[in-house]
Amino acid sequence: MALCGKVSKENFNNIPDLELNPIRSKIVRAFFDNRNLRKGPSGLADEINFEDFLTIMSYFRPIDTTMDEEQVQLCRKEKLRFLFHMYDSDSDGRITLEEYRNVVEELLSGNPHIEKESARSIADGAMMEAASVCVGRMEPDQVYEGITFDDFLKIWQGIDIETKMHVRFLNMETIALCH
Amino acid sequence: MPGRGAPGPGWGLLLVLLALGELPRAQGVEEKPGGAHGESQGFQVVTFKWHHVQDPYIIALWILVASLAKIGFHLSHKVTSVVPESALLIVLGLVLGGIVLAADHIASFSLTPTVFFFYLLPPIVLDAGYFMPNRLFFGNLGTILLYAVIGTVWNAATTGLSLYGVFRSGLMGDLNIGLLDFLLFGSLIAAVDPVAVLAVFEEVHVNEVLFIIVFGESLLNDAVTVVLYNVFESFVTLGGDKVTGVDCAKGIVSFFVVSLGGTLVGVVFAFLLSLVTRFTKHVRIIEPGFVFVLSYLSYLTSEMLSLSAILAITFCGICCQKYVKANISEQSATTVRYTMKMLASGAETIIFMFLGISAVDPLIWKWNTAFVLLTLVFISVYRAIGVVLQTWILNRYRMVQLEIIDQVVMSYGGLRGAVAYALVVLLDENKVKEKNLFVSTTIIVIFFTVIFQGLTIKPLVQWLKVKRSEQRDPKLNEKLHGRAFDHILSAIEDISGQIGHNYLRDKWSNFDRKFLSKILMRRSAQKSRDRILNVFHELNLKDAISYVAEGERRGSLAFIRSPSTDNMVNVDFSTPRPSTVEASVSYLLRENASAVRLDMQSLEQRRQSIRDTEDMVTHHTLQQYLYKPRQEYKHLYSRHELTADEDEKQDKEIFHRTMRKRLESFKSAKLGVNPHKKAAKLLKRERVQKRRNSSIPNGKLPMVSPLHDFTITEKDLELPDPEEAPSYDAEEMSGGIEFLANITQDTATDSPSGIDNPVFSPDEDPGILSAVPPWLSPGETVVPSQRARVQIPHSPSNFHRLAPFRLSGKSVDSFLLADGPEEQPHAPPESTHM
Repeated sequence: MALCGKVSKENFNNIPDLELNPIRSKIVRAFFDNRNLRKGPSGLADEINFEDFLTIMSYFRPIDTTMDEEQVQLCRKEKLRFLFHMYDSDSDGRITLEEYRNVVEELLSGNPHIEKESARSIADGAMMEAASVCVGRMEPDQVYEGITFDDFLKIWQGIDIETKMHVRFLNMETIALCH
Repeated sequence: MPGRGAPGPGWGLLLVLLALGELPRAQGVEEKPGGAHGESQGFQVVTFKWHHVQDPYIIALWILVASLAKIGFHLSHKVTSVVPESALLIVLGLVLGGIVLAADHIASFSLTPTVFFFYLLPPIVLDAGYFMPNRLFFGNLGTILLYAVIGTVWNAATTGLSLYGVFRSGLMGDLNIGLLDFLLFGSLIAAVDPVAVLAVFEEVHVNEVLFIIVFGESLLNDAVTVVLYNVFESFVTLGGDKVTGVDCAKGIVSFFVVSLGGTLVGVVFAFLLSLVTRFTKHVRIIEPGFVFVLSYLSYLTSEMLSLSAILAITFCGICCQKYVKANISEQSATTVRYTMKMLASGAETIIFMFLGISAVDPLIWKWNTAFVLLTLVFISVYRAIGVVLQTWILNRYRMVQLEIIDQVVMSYGGLRGAVAYALVVLLDENKVKEKNLFVSTTIIVIFFTVIFQGLTIKPLVQWLKVKRSEQRDPKLNEKLHGRAFDHILSAIEDISGQIGHNYLRDKWSNFDRKFLSKILMRRSAQKSRDRILNVFHELNLKDAISYVAEGERRGSLAFIRSPSTDNMVNVDFSTPRPSTVEASVSYLLRENASAVRLDMQSLEQRRQSIRDTEDMVTHHTLQQYLYKPRQEYKHLYSRHELTADEDEKQDKEIFHRTMRKRLESFKSAKLGVNPHKKAAKLLKRERVQKRRNSSIPNGKLPMVSPLHDFTITEKDLELPDPEEAPSYDAEEMSGGIEFLANITQDTATDSPSGIDNPVFSPDEDPGILSAVPPWLSPGETVVPSQRARVQIPHSPSNFHRLAPFRLSGKSVDSFLLADGPEEQPHAPPESTHM
């Protein structure tokens, strides 16, 4: 980490293991995303300080067993929102087909044997699936613009993200400070 | 002990068994008279040589009996939904044992440890390992290990010591036992049995985490059981007073050696197995053999080295899964799957039945009320206590907490089974004086846990509202997001410098991709072995299959229609299909002006891989059927954009083709031909060609054929039964078919629809030919696959058939345009194989 108390994107490149991660760019970007930092509706910050860093990390804290149902739902929404922001790169509130394709291509880029076209068709298929889940029956002329956040929530309904999306941190107290 | 739950057929079964039971007792009785006769009569035309075939005959008979019993049980669905099959089998065994005993006055059959450990147990454990959900297993490995090791030691120690305490207090009366005997008994009765757990839990369907914990524990505790058993047995042999601290230390060391050694043996054999399957491309037919032989060898090798054999074969299965499944062909994979399941199921059936039979042996019974009752109490109580304690510790480290309900199920699900029985029978009665007492108690315990606990666990699970397993179809989105998750989480772990599950898993998968997969997987498999891709293909195929099935079910008569668009309305699409997106979902792909257009044309032109080709085939297959069920189908399965401009054109085309087909079939009928025969011939020819044509990938394609066989049964309702077709002279027709086939040069005959279609045609007399659906004549209707199209002489008319949906200029339907330029350069599929 930089010594001046602020971190920029380049610093993330110094983490060796991160190089192997296919969606590294999106993840790093997520750290600087204003929406995640709660600094604005869109755009990227240039640098973040430690507090911002922790804000991002706090999305990954485990669900506390003492939380009640409402808090669990809130936590879940927050985590899903983080994910949503990662996919929705242009901050328009919808994951369009192109953005989705982008994500899928990156995800599958780790495997050198899968061509871009396959990735694309997978993205298309996934989009169709999402549409079927979210919108159900569509008229022939209806156009499905993209996945909104509510649609996103719908897709994730059956899966308990709260238990999957977290990392064990040794020291939990510092995280709690930020929220 | 009446055979419970035996309906009418069950009684018949019993009578048959009685009759069969007579046979084994005839051993030795026939020989002498026969021999005597032989000497006096000279050459005997027919002799009854029972001894000659005795052993294999009896074995085969028992297997037959067990299987017949299974059939008998499942005749009554009500019974099997309440009573677990294992319980029924035990009861049946008791009955059979009673019959044999009554007839023979000696117990001639029992479950011998040798047979059990060498032949009956390995298939079950291999089945468990090969189909183990690896990610779930390794994700919960810490929990599983804790329960397996600490839990089993706790159970053994507490049970043994408590029993000893009670013995000392005098409640048990006079027995010739020492402390070590009790500890030995404790160690063999403490272990949760994988066979029993599987047998009961597979009918209960608890959620997967719970299942994997209990089941994993039952598998991994073998090492502990083996060590404890051997240690205490040698202590008993030495004599209680000669046990030294060194021996105890050696015992502890042996635990690590046994468990890790067993695992290592399993892993080595898994490596060998994966490596071997990499090179079996040209000997596909014996591929399944390798899986079984090498796994069995791992079991025997480990047994030979006195390591934990169960661990060896389990880890062999676990580690080889991925590579073997990637390397072997689809048919081999199916063969392996079914054979394994069959062997495992058969072994399980035999085990339980013989448990029942072996119990009916007056010689082994020694009853001691206090001992038996207390054993039952102790194992239940101590297991519950152990589970609670361990869960409390674990919950501080686990993400997903284990609730009270889970703990209840875990304690209650700790069933004992045949492993304990085999171990207790192995005891040497000279060293363990009270062996019979142990045997009887073990049998009682096993019966209690399997029958009583097995019976009541289902209602318990329902009453407690245990989270059940969710049978969900794999969704592409879930897979994608799941993958994204993994990456995000491991990135976070990297950033924060933590070493967590995700970090480890990431590292492992990188290592695997860089080194292991290169060594152990075929090149062609490496390419296509990505889970997301698999789900995608699976979904594609599933859609295709249900699509076609629907189409067939809807109505063969849908093919026959007038070229008016009104016809569309006549076809009844009342029932919504689950896979059908009830709308033109394809339109979601319609780009608006600003978005990038789907460059389908370029996309299709660049497709080279077999997999893509298969997708093509899928789509082509669908395309063909897309003719009949109009709007709805069209939109569902096209993952490319479609417009509705071409309906009219399509109608005209359909009409022409229909008429042509009818004329053809009419002509062929005139020749007095049996279309069925010709279909069979064509089918056979096609099958032979398929086999010869190694270019056909092991992938999805053959799978579609069974689909058609399946749909045939539905068709039978509408069309006359093919079997009733009278035998006609098929000569001319086959010639005609060949001619037709040659038109399309469908030598590869890859198009499944075209192949099976003829089988749909059961017309026997010309009268109904007018109503014959157009797909009867196999040649023309066939939409040749991409592969086949290579050989087709390029004729534009072909392609029109393929592309009903001429699209607006921008996004064009892949097949149409792609086929044209791609036809020549499309290399034969062989090249893409390794």
